[in-house]
Amino acid sequence: MRPPSWLVLCSKDSGAAMVVTVKLFATFQAGRFEAAPREYPVGTRLSYIVDELRIPREEIGILLVNSRHAELEREIAQGDVVAIFPQIGGG
Amino acid sequence: MDTILRIDMSGAGGPKARVEPVGQYAGLGGRGMTSLMVTNEVDPLCHPLSAANKLVIAPGLLTGTSASTSGRLSVGCKSPLTGGIKESNAGGQAAIALARLGYAAVVLEGKPPTEDLWKIVINKDGVTFSKCNELKMLGNYDTIEKLRVIHGEKVAYMTLGQAGEMKLTNASIACTDRELHPTRHCGRGGVGAVMGAKRVKAIIIDEAGTSTRQPKFPDKFKAAGKVFAEGLKKHAVSGQALPAYGTNVLTNILNEAGGYPTNNFKTGRFEGGSKLSGEALAALENKRGGEGSATHGCHRGCIIQCSGIFNDAEGKYVTKQPEYETVWSHGGHCGIDDLDVVAKLDRMDDDFGLDTIESGVTIGVAMEGGVIPFGDGQGAINLLAEVGKGTPMGRVIGSGAGLTGKVFGVERVPVVKNQALPAYDPRAIQGIGVTYATSTMGADHTAGYAIATNILKVGGYVDPLATEGQVDLSRNLQIATAAIDATGMCLFIAFPLLDQPDTFQALLDLLNSFYGLELTGDGVVALGKKILSAERDFNKRAGFGPEHDRLPRFFTEEPVAPHNVVFKIKDEELDKLFNW
Repeated sequence: MRPPSWLVLCSKDSGAAMVVTVKLFATFQAGRFEAAPREYPVGTRLSYIVDELRIPREEIGILLVNSRHAELEREIAQGDVVAIFPQIGGG
Repeated sequence: MDTILRIDMSGAGGPKARVEPVGQYAGLGGRGMTSLMVTNEVDPLCHPLSAANKLVIAPGLLTGTSASTSGRLSVGCKSPLTGGIKESNAGGQAAIALARLGYAAVVLEGKPPTEDLWKIVINKDGVTFSKCNELKMLGNYDTIEKLRVIHGEKVAYMTLGQAGEMKLTNASIACTDRELHPTRHCGRGGVGAVMGAKRVKAIIIDEAGTSTRQPKFPDKFKAAGKVFAEGLKKHAVSGQALPAYGTNVLTNILNEAGGYPTNNFKTGRFEGGSKLSGEALAALENKRGGEGSATHGCHRGCIIQCSGIFNDAEGKYVTKQPEYETVWSHGGHCGIDDLDVVAKLDRMDDDFGLDTIESGVTIGVAMEGGVIPFGDGQGAINLLAEVGKGTPMGRVIGSGAGLTGKVFGVERVPVVKNQALPAYDPRAIQGIGVTYATSTMGADHTAGYAIATNILKVGGYVDPLATEGQVDLSRNLQIATAAIDATGMCLFIAFPLLDQPDTFQALLDLLNSFYGLELTGDGVVALGKKILSAERDFNKRAGFGPEHDRLPRFFTEEPVAPHNVVFKIKDEELDKLFNW
């Protein structure tokens, strides 16, 4: 059952949701997107975002939050920039 | 590969060749051969363009065998750019042909008494020499067009463009790929100037009548080769990312991680980065050239296939897929975000015979000096074109970032031992800063690729902004790299090697079954240390001390955005790198 609309509004107003920028790279862009602002509940972890985008966890090479390496358990915050890469290399 | 071909260019009657047994250099290949021979035979205080310098050309230990991805070539000498020892490594077909002809090394010695240009033809019957003054001041593309009419399609060419003929300190030696494009360069350190000083315009290597080198234990070798190839295929980097996107897949991650040097190392992030990315480049190549254009091997037997073919909007060939380093040096480093401009500059570098890292960094330094504005793509093309014309300005630009910085009064000049820094900011990625500072080669990312562990999480993880663990990381990588460079294997095998013990074992098994050795992991470490120790010895006698194992001061004084950090590894820590 959907929650009443006043509750949704209420939760948004109270800051219970937040917007983060999610960027995908290389093979992860196929069928998804390159970069998009996305809304998540406060307390969301990187693992949730990865699973929600149906990115197999074992294919992930690097996760960056605001240009720093992060683990799947990392809790994200309003305004964060999340970058998700498959295993890549070069040089 | 049990003989060495020595070519003395000095005689008044023309060059003379002699073949001798491999002797004291037995068991050496690639960088092991070039660095040991240069250390042993070249006066470290000689002028790099003098008769006393030698140009040593060596295939790796496994080159010319059926082992995958084993066709790399090492060229060594005293570097005109750094004044120290140099090993410059390239793909293309030359190494395979030399190895099949049985040469562990070809050594150019002496210096001719006249300015005549020479070409050298090496085939199963021996060596012949002829003058080729008709090729004077031709670029590599035109040179190959002329030579292929005479020598055909089934040979490998090593040639000089205008830069090598003019003996400029950023001159490269071009090696042809399978399509006879002169796109695979022994780029770094001005090795082309040494070949130019010896007045050799072209070496033509004809493998006709030879066969694949045969191992001592064929069954074991075949089995090891299978495991090795499977290891390259199953690793996500060598099996998927590099074939699909090439090395330029790194642009986005270095930019995201804030380690992408922009506008001559002023910031660590480039706004136009996504326009230059490997994803954008591969899509463009496949659109213009047809699906599959972004996947191409530089030599026969490569199964990684990290390269590609770049066509213009009309579908006409321009150049090979520009490497990450090239896209960066001519792109973000110069504030340019147009792949067509980058590809044009890459083509010009290959044609004139210039190292693309040094060339792009030089253009950025000239921009810093006010010659043209940052972001001026057409200005960069015009400036680089001067090199091909041989004008005084072109000679300055073709002599590298250090000299250009002096000519235009620039303080921020990103060089170590006068060699330009590659595409990773050493403040945002401290581990690669250790390699830049301490490498025997001058600033060189391949010498100890800490990006793997600092950024890509291959072979573990060491925080790129931390100081702890970086010297140990760089040391281990420098040792392993020196050993791999001796095998003739492409350095990109290091990604699966670092993560997959069975692939590393397969490499040992390949060497052991080919030569009848019992090499272990410790033996590989010992080989790497032996090569590095020889190189250090040469550099010390050439006048290098600890004070040369340093980054330019601005890296320890000017913080770089977005992390707002400086290079923090202490001098005394850097001095512990070669502490065995």
